[in-house]
Amino acid sequence: MAFSQSEIAELLPLPPATFHILIALADEDRHGYAIIQDVAARTNGATQLSAGTLYRSIQRMQEQGLIVETRERPAPDDDDERRRYYRITPFGSAVARAEARRLAEMVRLARASGIIPERA
Amino acid sequence: MNFYRALLHLYPASFRGEYRDELCRLFAERRQRTSGFVAVAALCLETIIDTLVSAARVHLDILRQDLRYTVRSLAHARGFAVTAVLVTALGIGANTAVFSLTDQVFIRPLPYHDADRLVMIWEQVPGYSRLEASPPNYLDWRRMSTSFETMGAVVNQQANMVGGTEPRRLIGANVSAEVLAMLGAQPSIGRTFVRGDDELNAARTVILSDALWRSEFGARPDILGARVRLDEIEHVVIGVMPPAFSFPSRETQIWRPLLLSPDNGDEDRDNNYLHVLARLKPGATLGSARAEMEVLTERLERAYPTENAETRATVHLLRDQVPSQARMLMYALGGASACFLLIACTNLASLLLARVLKRRKELAMRTAMGAGRERLVRQLLTESLVLSVAGGALGIVFAIIAVPLLALLVPPSLPIADATALDTRVLLFAALLTAVTGIAFGVVPAVRVASDRDLSGLREGSRGGSGGRTERLRALLVAAEVAISVVLLISAGLLIRALWRVQTTDPGFRTERVIAIQTPLSQTKYGVTARRVDLYSRILQDVRALPGVDSAAYISFIPMSMRGGIWPVKVKGTAQIPEELGDQRAASLRYVTPGFFRTMQIPLHAGRDISESDTLEANAVAVVSQSFAKRYFPGVDPIGQRFEFAFMERTVVGLVGDIRVRGLERESEPQVYLSYRQVGDGNIMFYLPKELVVRASADPVTLVPAVRSIIRKADPDMPISLVRTLDEVVAADSASRTIQLRVLGVFAGLSLLLAGIGLHGLLSFAVSQRVPEISLRMALGARAGDVLRLVLRQGLVLAAIGAVVGMTLAYAAGRWMEALLAGVKPGDLITFAAAAGIAVLMTVSGSLIPALRAVRVDPATVLRAE
Repeated sequence: MAFSQSEIAELLPLPPATFHILIALADEDRHGYAIIQDVAARTNGATQLSAGTLYRSIQRMQEQGLIVETRERPAPDDDDERRRYYRITPFGSAVARAEARRLAEMVRLARASGIIPERA
Repeated sequence: MNFYRALLHLYPASFRGEYRDELCRLFAERRQRTSGFVAVAALCLETIIDTLVSAARVHLDILRQDLRYTVRSLAHARGFAVTAVLVTALGIGANTAVFSLTDQVFIRPLPYHDADRLVMIWEQVPGYSRLEASPPNYLDWRRMSTSFETMGAVVNQQANMVGGTEPRRLIGANVSAEVLAMLGAQPSIGRTFVRGDDELNAARTVILSDALWRSEFGARPDILGARVRLDEIEHVVIGVMPPAFSFPSRETQIWRPLLLSPDNGDEDRDNNYLHVLARLKPGATLGSARAEMEVLTERLERAYPTENAETRATVHLLRDQVPSQARMLMYALGGASACFLLIACTNLASLLLARVLKRRKELAMRTAMGAGRERLVRQLLTESLVLSVAGGALGIVFAIIAVPLLALLVPPSLPIADATALDTRVLLFAALLTAVTGIAFGVVPAVRVASDRDLSGLREGSRGGSGGRTERLRALLVAAEVAISVVLLISAGLLIRALWRVQTTDPGFRTERVIAIQTPLSQTKYGVTARRVDLYSRILQDVRALPGVDSAAYISFIPMSMRGGIWPVKVKGTAQIPEELGDQRAASLRYVTPGFFRTMQIPLHAGRDISESDTLEANAVAVVSQSFAKRYFPGVDPIGQRFEFAFMERTVVGLVGDIRVRGLERESEPQVYLSYRQVGDGNIMFYLPKELVVRASADPVTLVPAVRSIIRKADPDMPISLVRTLDEVVAADSASRTIQLRVLGVFAGLSLLLAGIGLHGLLSFAVSQRVPEISLRMALGARAGDVLRLVLRQGLVLAAIGAVVGMTLAYAAGRWMEALLAGVKPGDLITFAAAAGIAVLMTVSGSLIPALRAVRVDPATVLRAE
């Protein structure tokens, strides 16, 4: 699906919490607690989203159309009936990709200037 | 868990409703995995901080959204936005300006050290509640009293300064050595006076104001020790005061030590001219000081039964020296501006209310789409706050423009800064006002939305909802606006009547084509009467010879410039003084040259003018006014009568008309005019004639250059301190009245305008709501006149209710400011009738456009659409 570049560019750069949540939701739908755990695991515990930060981000991301609350449940055995699950939208994926490209470009620039070593 | 639930209330309700369960579950999971007191405490602390931070951010997110939405929606309703901002700006601007002034005059402590203990002490005799003290009484008070730490005296004394480019007249004060120290004044250069400086044989010293030091001495750093010639006497500059220091007036340029000498009549207990200033001892109160002064003055009366007969003293805080008229003016201004803000706010509320009603469909739509009521209320509040903040900012700009104009209302004797700048306090006040306006009047429509059960905007057939309750609320607001503007209108009207009354008062002389030129004579140089006489005759001879001059003369003080100069009168012989006048045996003293009455066109009723032959060797003569003759020589021919006055027995040789020495608004004491030649060398120097009055046959201003050169030729060292036409002198007498009237008038006019706008808005809205009803009536045969009457009646009923309430309040306001009314009755019929007429006119013109719109409704179109 194509989104206008300006729509995407308006949201960049993403706040770190938003980017982390998008990545956590990239492979499967998750509920809030699972997002926190996933982010912690991916970053080896370096990033611990707080409850307040998480839900404030979720609210904004829903308003921005980056994620939606989903009614479909994953496999019944890990389903918790009372939990709310979130799913990344195609627009959310596009924004996450754009942010990743932006970050990669920044890293490239840093390498070119010699501030960090070239990749081996 | 309860702790966490409570904490969640920091979030906006909408957010809480959405995520409370999730947040609680997350917290519960973390809590389960935590054990140990320290770890739990750390978790709690972390949770509190996290909640605080993220709640603030969520609030900010919403605010940002609301602001964006507000800006967008206001951009679509520019007319509304501009009106609302302007209305608020006017209200806040007016109040901020008035507050900044009132703050300076009443609220801030005087700019002196420990100002709450500074008092002024006045003599009190029957007929005068506050009279300056005589030197011997002052010295006795100082010696005998125990309530005061220090006591000093001040007298305003101008001086001629020569040596610069042109001779200059300086406004100065002579102060006893302790006064400046008592005020806690520190010089910026040099020193203030010390005991010894005010002794007769001490070297003459002077302290300069910062402004004078800069303008006349180029801010020379080596000013100390410089010699300045003041009134022919060399003075040594010993100090310069800082720019902020002002005492006793903001205009004071020099301070000299107060020298009391027997030659100056300073041993006379009837020579009242000192302002006495004192500092209360710690522990002494105003009450205890008054009690002590009472006892002390009784003792002085026993010691000097003639001079001090019934003489008491009264003690007042220096702070309370604000003249009662100025005080009342400030209150009136405050009241008017508060009224004005009220109207502005009422209009704002009414505008917002109308807007909410118009937007019901939109609001209902948003509710249907899931926006909670809380979010709607928040959105509306944001909108009114945005409007009021914009209004407040513009209002501050208005205030900056208005303050210097309003500052003209403050008499220069009040020790406030000349440039009454807007500072933090004032800005804070404006901000507070803005917030209160925005919230209080944004809440009205917001509450209406919140209490609207089903936001029926979407229901079939709804026309944006006429909301009976809302309309009643708006009607109430409009009636209130009419009432407030009627109050302002009547108050302004009463003041206009008072001004007319004052301005039509006959001053007793003819002002047109007369110019008054003040040539302050140096007391040292012209202490000898013969020298003075020579100077006057040379000047007058040349001036009278100028083409276009009808007549010219000299007098001590022209009327309405110096209001005092009242001396006791003693009549010998059989003339009976009526009992009730026994306390007022006093008359104003002026020395004149021949020709004064002709120049001023004061009618000479009997006898003759002062003449050149009335010298010291001849019989001492006096020309008296009619009220003098009536009071002291009732029923007899005053010519030839004798009375004791100003140290001599005088014979009445002429009878002239009374003039208003004290100004148009006050009763004046009877007047006595003495011959300028009949005064001993160095006597009564304060009264030596210094005002040259010239009556011209054409515009007198054209004569000024010629007169100036005559004066310069007669004495190159004599300054010309003031040149005014008599018209200006009389106009200046009612100037403060004119200004206060203008201010109140502007308030009243703007209020009326706002009330008109409010009424127009209400009726337009009401008409637009009633279009189907009106169409139906017209379809059923109602004529245009009926419809017109229907709409007008609604407006008139509101106006009538408002006017009746307003008149009642205005009468109360009039009673309260009776002192400002110069005898106009607070229930003045003409004013009330005029105000009522204007209110009706305003109502009709406010209702007319909506009414005509109603008449123009085409029944067929409307009914078809229905």
